[in-house]
Amino acid sequence: MNRPLQIVNEQHWERFSATERIGRSAFYIVTVLAFVWALKKIEVIPEFLYDAPEQTADLFKRMWPFDWKFYPDNIHPALIETFHIATLGTLISLLIAVPLAFLAARNFTSNKTLNWIAQFIFVSTRSVNSLIWALLFVAIFGPGALAGVLSIAFRSIGFVGKLFGEAIEEANKGPIEALTASGAPRSMLLVKGYWPQVSPAFWSVALLRWDINIRESAVLGLVGAGGIGVALDSAMNNLYWDQVGLILAIIFTVVILTEIVTSTIRSRIL
Amino acid sequence: MSHTALGSTKRPAAFLVHWPSRLAWIGLGLYVLYAAGQVNVSWERFVSGLPQAAKLFDRMFPPNLAPDKLDLITTGMLETIQIAVIATVVGVILSLPLSVMAARNLSPAWLAASARVFIAVCRSFHPVIVSILFVKAVGFGALAGVLALIVSSLGFVGKLFAEVLEELNEKQVEAVRSTGAGFFSVLIMAVMPQVFARFIGLSAYQFDSNLRNSTMVGIVGGGGIGAALFTAYQRFDYDVVLTILIVIIALIMLAELLANSLKKIFR
Amino acid sequence: MTAVGPGLLSINGLFKEYRQGEPVLKDINLSIDASGVTAIIGPSGTGKSTLIRCINRLIDPTSGQIMFRGLDLAQLTGRSLREARCHIGMVFQEYNLVERLTVIENVLCGKLGRLPIWRPLLRKFSAQDIAQAFDLIDAVGLSQDFASRRADALSGGQRQRVGIARALMQEPSLILADEPTSSLDPKTSVEIMELLDQVSRQRQVPVIVNIHNVVLARRFATRIIGMSSGKVVFDGPPEALQDKHLNEIYGGEDWQA
Repeated sequence: MNRPLQIVNEQHWERFSATERIGRSAFYIVTVLAFVWALKKIEVIPEFLYDAPEQTADLFKRMWPFDWKFYPDNIHPALIETFHIATLGTLISLLIAVPLAFLAARNFTSNKTLNWIAQFIFVSTRSVNSLIWALLFVAIFGPGALAGVLSIAFRSIGFVGKLFGEAIEEANKGPIEALTASGAPRSMLLVKGYWPQVSPAFWSVALLRWDINIRESAVLGLVGAGGIGVALDSAMNNLYWDQVGLILAIIFTVVILTEIVTSTIRSRIL
Repeated sequence: MSHTALGSTKRPAAFLVHWPSRLAWIGLGLYVLYAAGQVNVSWERFVSGLPQAAKLFDRMFPPNLAPDKLDLITTGMLETIQIAVIATVVGVILSLPLSVMAARNLSPAWLAASARVFIAVCRSFHPVIVSILFVKAVGFGALAGVLALIVSSLGFVGKLFAEVLEELNEKQVEAVRSTGAGFFSVLIMAVMPQVFARFIGLSAYQFDSNLRNSTMVGIVGGGGIGAALFTAYQRFDYDVVLTILIVIIALIMLAELLANSLKKIFR
Repeated sequence: MTAVGPGLLSINGLFKEYRQGEPVLKDINLSIDASGVTAIIGPSGTGKSTLIRCINRLIDPTSGQIMFRGLDLAQLTGRSLREARCHIGMVFQEYNLVERLTVIENVLCGKLGRLPIWRPLLRKFSAQDIAQAFDLIDAVGLSQDFASRRADALSGGQRQRVGIARALMQEPSLILADEPTSSLDPKTSVEIMELLDQVSRQRQVPVIVNIHNVVLARRFATRIIGMSSGKVVFDGPPEALQDKHLNEIYGGEDWQA
């Protein structure tokens, strides 16, 4: 991190050192190569491509007008269930991720093994998508919202833990030093020293993850884990495109509303 | 200072009860109880599912390493990577002009507003849902996945990068402009240095995100390893499922490592 | 200068090196047994801050003895170290208040070492503690309505006063101050030094101050310790401090504040 911003010696000005230039060039070259390789390898079936515009137009025609009648009995409860799945899942993940984040933060926990274990939990839960978690949990607990809640919860642990752990590590050491010097026990260092500093970050991360989880909960139903995805799945299987259109519009509205609410609150916290 | 009897000196209360937050906490607690009941989520149900979990893990171990399966998995993973690479490169390149259009300090209000709406729409739908729509439009296969992820990239990189542009330090731009530089020179010498590092960071983050999502789009027909995963899952070949999961996790961890070292090079 | 029993601090043979062969503190021998301000002066990097921080073990000495209230602080760990620290108050250059907490909560934090955990956790401090905190806010020259202001809404001088109040909340037998005035403007620096001097005399607590400003040191200290290259080269009352001593300490540096 602490590299000189520029290399300046007599008569010679360079923005980046030699290693950096090599690194940057390597990056550009690799990106271009990867892109070209990927393009060549990818299979595109030309026939499908040709009638794509026609298919798309057909699709939108079938979606509109929306089947508004469908809403009250079928969509509304599923929508509420989606909301519950997202919220409960987020809350559970916070309960687990916060203590783990304190374990992962090197300035709070000096035991390297504990740091490592917590970080490992974060990385592994983050690497599995909520949809894939949903597959596993449906296999274990059967279809329904329980699988959905657990999928959201497990996936979010890694996200929340990493960001919150970083916030803890960036906490100002001064007040902690002062409290240590006055003989305060470690638990009080946490409550009165670290927590007041990191609580805005906590709320910000929690709201952000909740926002993302609303979006994710909507699709879990596609594999049977409850929520509006179930309605979407059955509407698509039955080719009721007007219902599909309605469901998509509802999802869009909810996501936008949630995002507006969370970003307003988050900008006022920070 | 003499310590007079308590209450005889007028002193403000030390800690005022903040009623709004106290009520909010109580409300949250009540909500949790209500919601858990509504969706039938309880500790008992969780615990009673654990024997089933044990059975599942039993069937997953040891991971299936048969050569034909590995072959299938390798093809699937390569396709997943390809989808992610193309979607990121194209998506990021397209986001550049899009985010300039959406930045309120760089473009007229009407253009910024429309660009922002477009970006919001791109962002609102989960890539899986967008994949379903593209599968209908361009058929099964990787193309649908690529297009879905391009849309998702536009939604995220477009928004975040527009925010970076809006936080531009006006003074630096002014300073360069006052030397008489033209629009593009200003862009290169004043705007780019400020934003380039952030832009690379966002692109790396988006590649990581696209890689994660491209593992899933196959479940609905968008190509990549998701299809193999879903097939194995439906056939109850849980040992194959485990192999695929391990490969996915390894790939994503690797990608994260690369993204971190990239950030160091571009600091 | 009256003798102060419990405040007895005796440093013997203190030695500290961060890297092998490059000692920062060389064989320091000191004893503090009277109230009043003791000022440690010397150029930057000479170990003044290290010395102060070794006393309450924010920095661990490499070897040596720090006798305080009958115990060797250098050997204490865990619970006994925390208990010892309860009797040593500290004031910092950067104030080190918890910014998002109110003034009164910051002052009450001074007692964290002695309170059962549930009190600060639930913010249910005893009426006595709260009254003591208000008294201290008065004593350091702040008015009552500062109590519920957030610490980050205060000026530098005000923050340092809160820092001093927090240290006093511990009812300490010794107060350490690590460059308490270095972040303050000249007028406020004088006010803070005045406050430290007043506190020391009124409560009979020795105050050890680490300070750059020789003029302030001369004006407010009852004893001056001059350090150079990790050793004590002067130890006496301000009247005895002459130019030749200052030259030895600062080595020809411009020591006029």
